[in-house]
Amino acid sequence: MLLSATSANLSPDTWSALKRFTTARIAMGRAGGSLRTANLLDFRLAHARARDAVHAPFSPKVVDAQLGEAGFDFVHAKSTVTDKLDYLLHPERGRILDGDSAEMLLAKSVEWGVRDISIVISDGLSAVAAESHAVAVAKGLRDELGDTFSFYPVVVVPFGRVKIADAVSDILQARLVIILLGERPGLGSPDSLSAYFTYMARNSSVDSDRNCVSNIRPLGMPIPWAVRKLSVLIRESFHRQISGTALKDRLTLDDLQRMLPLN
Amino acid sequence: MEPVTLEIAGRHWTFGSLKELMGKASPMRSGDVTAGCAASCDEERVAAQMLLAEVPLRTFLEEPLIPYEKDEVTRLIVDTHDAAAFAPVKNLSVGEFRNWLLRYETDAAALSALAPGLTPEMVAAVSKVCSNQDLILIASKCRVVTAFRDTIGLPGRLSTRLQPNHATDDLKGIAASMLEGILYGCGDAVIGINPATDSVPMMQELLKLIDELIHRYHIPTQSCVLAHVTNAIEVMRSGTPVDLVFQSIAGTEIANKVFGINLNVLDEAYDAALSLKRGTVGQNVMYFETGQGSALSGRGDWGVDMQTCEARAYAVARRYKPLLVNTVVGFIGPEYLYDGKQIIRAGLEDHFCAKLLGLPMGCDICYTNHAEADQNDMDVLMTCFAAAGLTYQMAIPGGDDVMLGYQTTSYHDIHYVRQVFGKRPAPEFEAWLEEMDLVDARQRLITSKGGNHALIGYQRELVA
Repeated sequence: MLLSATSANLSPDTWSALKRFTTARIAMGRAGGSLRTANLLDFRLAHARARDAVHAPFSPKVVDAQLGEAGFDFVHAKSTVTDKLDYLLHPERGRILDGDSAEMLLAKSVEWGVRDISIVISDGLSAVAAESHAVAVAKGLRDELGDTFSFYPVVVVPFGRVKIADAVSDILQARLVIILLGERPGLGSPDSLSAYFTYMARNSSVDSDRNCVSNIRPLGMPIPWAVRKLSVLIRESFHRQISGTALKDRLTLDDLQRMLPLN
Repeated sequence: MEPVTLEIAGRHWTFGSLKELMGKASPMRSGDVTAGCAASCDEERVAAQMLLAEVPLRTFLEEPLIPYEKDEVTRLIVDTHDAAAFAPVKNLSVGEFRNWLLRYETDAAALSALAPGLTPEMVAAVSKVCSNQDLILIASKCRVVTAFRDTIGLPGRLSTRLQPNHATDDLKGIAASMLEGILYGCGDAVIGINPATDSVPMMQELLKLIDELIHRYHIPTQSCVLAHVTNAIEVMRSGTPVDLVFQSIAGTEIANKVFGINLNVLDEAYDAALSLKRGTVGQNVMYFETGQGSALSGRGDWGVDMQTCEARAYAVARRYKPLLVNTVVGFIGPEYLYDGKQIIRAGLEDHFCAKLLGLPMGCDICYTNHAEADQNDMDVLMTCFAAAGLTYQMAIPGGDDVMLGYQTTSYHDIHYVRQVFGKRPAPEFEAWLEEMDLVDARQRLITSKGGNHALIGYQRELVA
């Protein structure tokens, strides 16, 4: 705490025992009806840190090293984005592969042949999320699904948006593509990763063709749970040959806790 | 429309179509710039506004910006236009319409009667020539009242959506935020959870969680889990208690397809929700969210500017007589609304357009961490909205949504508005809060003695 906030003139909230159930900012008390000074400044600090996280640069080398260690083959591709401001202002440029990358992937696709699952990794809006959790999720998916499905080498694309996965899948003619990318940082979650997958994704695919598991991070959706959720959904996706709004997620957190108990 | 030209100090500004004129007359925002429909400079923007002010309102009926044959939202707008209601303004230009709206004589009754005669394009056009204070003044004259278990939108009232989101939909975590929200006097518009996943069983559990609290304490409010409408249809079939059906909507058929919906699906959901007859003081059963940039984001904009596409979403909304509609104005990000100035302007436009079209418009007064905006900008917008007669705002612990990762208004913020503007919650909810000794007659929070507040039983069971 920046400041000690106890004062006889201020009204405490008497339900602080509930704070253990959520990271939401509850039981802060109030000054009149307003936030107390310490809480106001705490919030301002969290916002400052989140903004700093948005503008932090991505180090593909960090991801490369993890991929190598996990035994993944991988290639690098580029979107048409030039820098962070360009990325923030022009999402369209983050959805498109640049010409050289498209050609490279086309050449690779001949070499690789048609496979089942393509994994794409991008920093998105949080480099720290991609650097911290993306490879762990990729590894989990390979462990859960690798006996049934064939995987392409991982494609790492800095400054990518969700839809760039469609472009990759279109070139590779993949049966299913999954993109792991950093979410827009929240105040308490600068490291949140999202996973979006699409069955038979092509350039014409739209958002309603995708399924998403979001908030993947140790204090949000823990990685083993995210992997299990994705694996169950992906198996169903292949079985029914669909993805998107017609494919419903039926696993509750209780189910996940039963399957994969966490302390 | 034939091409129009305005000469200013020897320079000729020409606009080839109504669509181009609308885009270039729109106050500056980053999404329109990227899309290529914005004015090239400030002078061109004002030239466009001057020419737009001369366009007759009926031109918008004769010349759809998006083809009738190719877009079901255009067909909805054209086919449901009420010519009799339009009569008082049918001979006015856009600029004359602004003057008409500002007249002392144009009151709540006149505006309510006019609403079915207005189209989204007409209200979008007039908003583009309005200043921020016009948007506030005119909206403040509108009255839109809806009801389910309480009555939303009465004069002098400002409601809140209690938004107790949790990163993983942990039931106790949600219950904790929900309990605190109620103790802070929030939630009269709806207790509405954004679920963390698409899971249907989870949606059912969340609905039961809210429903139990509402019925245990006889709280005059309604529940909603903001999942996709097709999930709500499935859940209603299973017999789970559904008060309000939620859906995000946009202003074009293509953009709605990106959301996985069309009018048929919404019709089906609306009929199913109505058939449940769960409202006590009214049967407004739908809850919609909108936001500038959604059509552009889904490439369904047809080259029409963001704000006009947004107003068209309100035509979709009003087909279903919703209890609540809100623009999630700053959620979309800096590529569409770059900074606090653009977010504030867009929020006021959305509220103004929706109110003129007869919708119960609230606002998620919000921003993301990659926009050039902060909580001070939200304070300004919230204050403007209180003056404009906003229907409801969000209420969330500390303004920090730990699931969606953005910032909106807090449980505390509504008490700022209540103190400065004397705004009160919905009357049924206000009476309940007083009965439970949570607030005094001035809507000030009562400090409970030894923590022994009205819902202490609920709190004890949570902790046990």
